Amino acid sequence: MAATVVTITSGKGGVGKTTLVANLGVSLAMLGRRVVVIDADVGLRNLDVSLGLENRIVYDIVDVIEGRCRLRQAMVRDKRLSELFLIPAAQNRDKSAVKPDDMIRICDDLKENHDFVLVDSPAGIEEGFRYAVAPADRVLVVTNPEIASVRDADRVVGLLEAAEMNPPALVINRIKPDMVRRGEMLDIPDVVELLAIDLIGIVPEDPVILASTNRGQPASLSPDGSMAAHAFHDIAHRLCGEDVPFQAIDEPGLFSKLVRLIRMRGDGR
Amino acid sequence: MPGKMGADSDGISIKGISQGLLLVLGDGEWPERLDALTTRLNDNPHFFTGGQLALDVGARALSIAQVETIRDLLSRHRVSTWALFSEDSGTQAAVRDSGLVATLETPQSRAPRTPVESTEVRVSDSLVQRRTLRSGQNLRHPGHIVVIGDVNPGAEIIAGGDIVVWGRLRGVVHAGALGNEDAVICSLDLAPTQLRIAQLIARSPEEHRKRPQPEMALVRDGQIVAVSWRNR
Repeated sequence: MAATVVTITSGKGGVGKTTLVANLGVSLAMLGRRVVVIDADVGLRNLDVSLGLENRIVYDIVDVIEGRCRLRQAMVRDKRLSELFLIPAAQNRDKSAVKPDDMIRICDDLKENHDFVLVDSPAGIEEGFRYAVAPADRVLVVTNPEIASVRDADRVVGLLEAAEMNPPALVINRIKPDMVRRGEMLDIPDVVELLAIDLIGIVPEDPVILASTNRGQPASLSPDGSMAAHAFHDIAHRLCGEDVPFQAIDEPGLFSKLVRLIRMRGDGR
Repeated sequence: MPGKMGADSDGISIKGISQGLLLVLGDGEWPERLDALTTRLNDNPHFFTGGQLALDVGARALSIAQVETIRDLLSRHRVSTWALFSEDSGTQAAVRDSGLVATLETPQSRAPRTPVESTEVRVSDSLVQRRTLRSGQNLRHPGHIVVIGDVNPGAEIIAGGDIVVWGRLRGVVHAGALGNEDAVICSLDLAPTQLRIAQLIARSPEEHRKRPQPEMALVRDGQIVAVSWRNR
């Protein structure tokens, strides 16, 4: 069966797309899926660092597009998981080097031999966003529970709707339960109600993430080592079609009540 | 009272078509028509600025230079022209040469995917949209506008007539945008970022209201007030 191409995008920068892609890639591979993650942020590449693969890069996506290498040559195998590959972005070019048709062609080439292709979209809604969503079967929109990022996510969802793509699914990232309790952070029902798309993941703020990014060791490698890792694994399960209840990331009470109010569908169809 | 429909005292009329606004220039000498258009643009800046317009110049024979002149005039008022319609075939050729659309083919429906059959229904001078407006999306219409859905922050609605949002109104709204202070704005949850009626502006109070209730905004004694529907 052909791979599912999932583009992870957000509008706003810095909300956690790359971290999500790295960790989702790891989680899916740990579930036995054959995964390719593509860094589509040409000019500002980061996915290689999150995966700790930056000194294994020989070719990048622009080399593939411009015919200087074959697709397989640009695929960097993960040092820990044999079924996880990275296609890095070019650091010395910019987004004009890639067109939507290029991405569609690359993903078509990958579809036969893999189960998931995850595309790490650049921030924004311009050409980088456009070529990153072009090949997508599904789109995940990542937001933080704060007004500016929800505003941008809404814009992105509007653009995807106008392009008549399948409705995207939502990941709310970096939620801090005490701030929600104190009314200093948007709570999940508010965000879900405004964006009005299916929720596929809630990831708590977790100090483990910063350390793991710097060390190039995605937190998902230890699924029970942190709440964030657990949340990433749940998203991976849901992407595979399983119906996983949202875990309470707070002590019983406030958060679990909120979570039970939220409608969710595992496969998003 | 709805926004102005039919030719007004300056001979110009504005209609809503499925692609947006259509401005019918009316009869008269070309230079005088350009003056009337300029005055109209100056009188209602917010209604037109930043939008797209189609023009109908009737049976006039226009040269490319004249097409460009009217296009530049609109562009100086930050209005972009995408089409210019005329029965005159010479004008049509000039329009095509300057890169604009000269004839309306079957209007394309740009309905986005929603669970409801149709999102846009044109009934006389009202525009009804059955969808939520998201950040960055705009609606402009010379008559009344009804949205069955929410209007999210970052969305904008500009109507010559009334605005009714059967949902949560959190974006920017401007009713009576062609100068009608009798226009009203109604919503199940009136919480816009900015609200205007004719030339008056109001901002929502800063504090987050507890329970949303249906409200109507209107002009009373020269000021915009919001009255709860229950206690109106």
